[in-house]
Amino acid sequence: MIRATLQALLSHWWRNPLQLFTLLAGLALATALWSGVQAINAEASASYDAAAATLGEGQFDQLTARDGGTIPQATYVDLRRAGWLVSPVVEGRLNGVRVVGLDPLTAPGGLGPITVSDGVEINRFLSGGGQVFGRAEVLDQLPDIGAQPVTASDVAPGTVLTDIGLAQELLGRDGVITRLIVAPEQPLGRPSLAEVAPDLTRQVAQGSNDLGRLTDSFHLNLTAFGLLSFAVGIFIVNGAIGLAFEQRRPVVRTLRALGVPLRSLMILMAAELAIMALVAGAIGVALGYVIASLLLPDVAATLQGLYGQTVSGTLQLRPVWWLSGLAIALGGTALAAASAFWRLAQMPLLAGGSRRALSMAAGRTAQVQGVLAAILLICAAGLALVADGMVTGFALLGTLLIGAALALPLILDRVLALAAWLSRGIRAQWFWADTRQQLPGLSLALAALLLAMAANVGVSTMVSSFRLTFIGFLDQRLASELYVTAEDTAQANALTAYAADRVDAILPIQSADTQVRDLPTEVFGARIGPTYTDNWTFLTATDAPWQRVADGTGILINEQLARRTGLVLGDSVPIIDTTFTVAGIYGDYGNPIGQAILSEDVFATLYPDVNALQFGLRLPPDDVAAFRADLTRDLGMSEGAMINQAGIKQFSLDVFDRTFTVTTALNVLTLAVAGFAILMSLLTLAALRVPQLAPAWAMGMTRRSLGVVELIRAVILAVFTAAIALPLGLALAWALLSVVNVAAFGWKLPMFLFPADYARLGLFALVAAALAALWPAWRLARTPPADLLKVFSNER
Amino acid sequence: MLLTVTDLHKGYASADGQITVLDGVSLSLNAGETLALTGESGSGKSTLLHLIGGLDSADRGQILLDGVDLTALNDADRAALRRGTVGVVFQQFNLIPSLRVADNISFQARLADRHDADWCAKLANRMGLDAQLDKYPEQLSGGQQQRVALARTLAPRPKLVLADEPTGNLDEETAATVLALMLDLVRDTGAGLLMVTHSQALAGQMQRQIHLRKGRIA
Repeated sequence: MIRATLQALLSHWWRNPLQLFTLLAGLALATALWSGVQAINAEASASYDAAAATLGEGQFDQLTARDGGTIPQATYVDLRRAGWLVSPVVEGRLNGVRVVGLDPLTAPGGLGPITVSDGVEINRFLSGGGQVFGRAEVLDQLPDIGAQPVTASDVAPGTVLTDIGLAQELLGRDGVITRLIVAPEQPLGRPSLAEVAPDLTRQVAQGSNDLGRLTDSFHLNLTAFGLLSFAVGIFIVNGAIGLAFEQRRPVVRTLRALGVPLRSLMILMAAELAIMALVAGAIGVALGYVIASLLLPDVAATLQGLYGQTVSGTLQLRPVWWLSGLAIALGGTALAAASAFWRLAQMPLLAGGSRRALSMAAGRTAQVQGVLAAILLICAAGLALVADGMVTGFALLGTLLIGAALALPLILDRVLALAAWLSRGIRAQWFWADTRQQLPGLSLALAALLLAMAANVGVSTMVSSFRLTFIGFLDQRLASELYVTAEDTAQANALTAYAADRVDAILPIQSADTQVRDLPTEVFGARIGPTYTDNWTFLTATDAPWQRVADGTGILINEQLARRTGLVLGDSVPIIDTTFTVAGIYGDYGNPIGQAILSEDVFATLYPDVNALQFGLRLPPDDVAAFRADLTRDLGMSEGAMINQAGIKQFSLDVFDRTFTVTTALNVLTLAVAGFAILMSLLTLAALRVPQLAPAWAMGMTRRSLGVVELIRAVILAVFTAAIALPLGLALAWALLSVVNVAAFGWKLPMFLFPADYARLGLFALVAAALAALWPAWRLARTPPADLLKVFSNER
Repeated sequence: MLLTVTDLHKGYASADGQITVLDGVSLSLNAGETLALTGESGSGKSTLLHLIGGLDSADRGQILLDGVDLTALNDADRAALRRGTVGVVFQQFNLIPSLRVADNISFQARLADRHDADWCAKLANRMGLDAQLDKYPEQLSGGQQQRVALARTLAPRPKLVLADEPTGNLDEETAATVLALMLDLVRDTGAGLLMVTHSQALAGQMQRQIHLRKGRIA
């Protein structure tokens, strides 16, 4: 019985290969976009974990030199003798590879690729040429250093680990240490750090710090896009399954009448779908791998450029990832098939075997759908008023998008009814009435198009608004024509002396790390002058903010610091032993941490050990090239130590553009999937259209004109959908800019409108709809008259 | 006795209240016997056929088929009975459109684990379907499709054949051919035949006739 029933069920797909293709392709695309994003997230997450595990970043307190330089090995010895349990680390770059030297005997447990208990390996690690641990592709980058390369995939990307002695030798840093890791358990009664090593400062481990939260936000954004793409794909699957079940209702009835129990039938159909889900899921996971491989380098560049997090640019095939891809394919199929199964289970054995019109089904569910849509949109309106975090922000996006997608068929139905009422002439009336009848079958594809277009409008508005703001911000912040970095204090002093009479102004860039209301903050000391007073704009400020900073009473803070600590104008901010009043809050896009600005003099008082090594130089733009040559000739400054304003701006914009490459790519993919949804819906509905169009053909319309009408219909429906997608997309952009971005990045951006972009997107959507409708319309125009006549013979 | 129906009642709830479709129907049928069930539309013919075929359940009364009380069976047991003991020929043919003719013919026999390839080939030959075995149902005429449906019903050698207006969709000549084939094959297999029909001419070819009026045997 099982075999015969399965043969009957599977033969449906054999006879309807297009439907099978729609189902498999929809599911594979949905899985691909979802699992592609998840692969990227998994890779980034693994990179963060590897970095934390191998380098102790964020896990342990660290000691570093106050002046930002190296630590003499003697200081390390003094600390150990004084009872401090510290472990030395040497870091540097060799052929672009980050070389980290550890001392496995003193490193805290679990740090690095080997532990003290691995006696044999330790001997090898420490003896002879030593060993170098790293990822295969990173080890390949190293020159021949005589050490044994050991492939270790859990080492941070772009990094190799080795014994500290070997690292010092390779990096030419004999006798110096970059930093000291402080073991969590320290003996009591040891002398204070200030007594033993006054030149060192202790950096407290931040664990899940703000950077972590920020990258989490970035990944959450990616996940949200993946989910949106997945939802669009599941719309296709839902449509294909719904249609297949609808077409198989008579067969199901026959099978039951012939003695197949409903329970067996349900189990077999579920198994059939599960197998398809696994096949499509496997294809989707493979496609997802390709998508992730293509996008990962850009994501890695984004995370490096925006957050300073190193992520491997190559993808690994992780079991958890592809298993979760298959699971999401199965889950998505179950979700898409749930209503079809429910209807099947409720179908009485003696129910009419004829094809139930989709419009009747839609008519019955329209009321429920309308109520649901209204509830969701009301929730979205409520959330728009109160949302202030990531969770409520995404809840707002979810309710808004799902509510709009549910409302779309109802809105289109009313619009088409109005068009029919306004139309004159029997052909026009027939056209609108026929389009209304088509609506239920196309509503899922149109909802997919709505979501894809709204996402495009929303994200492009956000990105373009961000870009405009960012360019303005760069003009404000990068006022100096040339930026120079000195190698050490001596070269810095030589530079300031040399440039004093040759440039209009020298602006030292000096900073120190501190905590403001427990938030890591970078404090800058600014040489206040026209560069700052003329160029800087504030989000909010007191009267004469720079004057207050100059007289030592005021402090300027960035928006991130203000939002995260709740600081407002006039609030007090203690820095070391002095309290300042917030005199202004400025936009600081792209910076993940808090920032504050004091005057140069005040800064020097608070941080006497910090010397500026970087300088912004003001001089006529035409003189920049000549001055650079002078600096190289007279002070021996390397080209790499100097960068002109245009270079920094271009670099910043490059980082910015790469940041949004991924979202743009996902946008385009989502729109392509929506176009595919329309194509598949029209193709699968084509067979059902013949009985509806045969009477029109019999009454004198040519097959060619019927085909043209089908094409026009698809374009008109796309136009109406695009008209609804525009305000929805703008609402989405507002939610992204005013709620999600604030929660994710800590800054709020002004929203600009880009009508030309929207017009271009609308045109793309129309072209996509027209292209999707072209083939079905062509097929319809070539329907043999015999097929059209069959409609009447069947009705006899 | 192959089939004994005793005091069978069946009703449906409607907006206008309870509608009685069958009101105490009793009948019997021997193996190898043919019985025509006639009556006006709404007299309860098809409902009676569905109850005997285990497609629906009665409100009251008893149906004994080959010694088994259908009214005491659950859904799964009734499905098993439909697979092996009873064969139903529908007015709308109800073939599986995605299976070829040969597979449609053998389908019910395979469901019942009683597939006999020789018997299926013989049935196809008797039905004049030899040249159509590789075709799909949509490629056949109405008469050919009904012959496929008939062959499918007889393939598992059911003890009772139920036919619901089997020629209702066919022209007179085709209907006569199909009916003749059905009677021949039922006689050959020794099965009982209960046929619902509007046509007095067709009913006249059965050994016995029962006329239903408003849910009762007239």
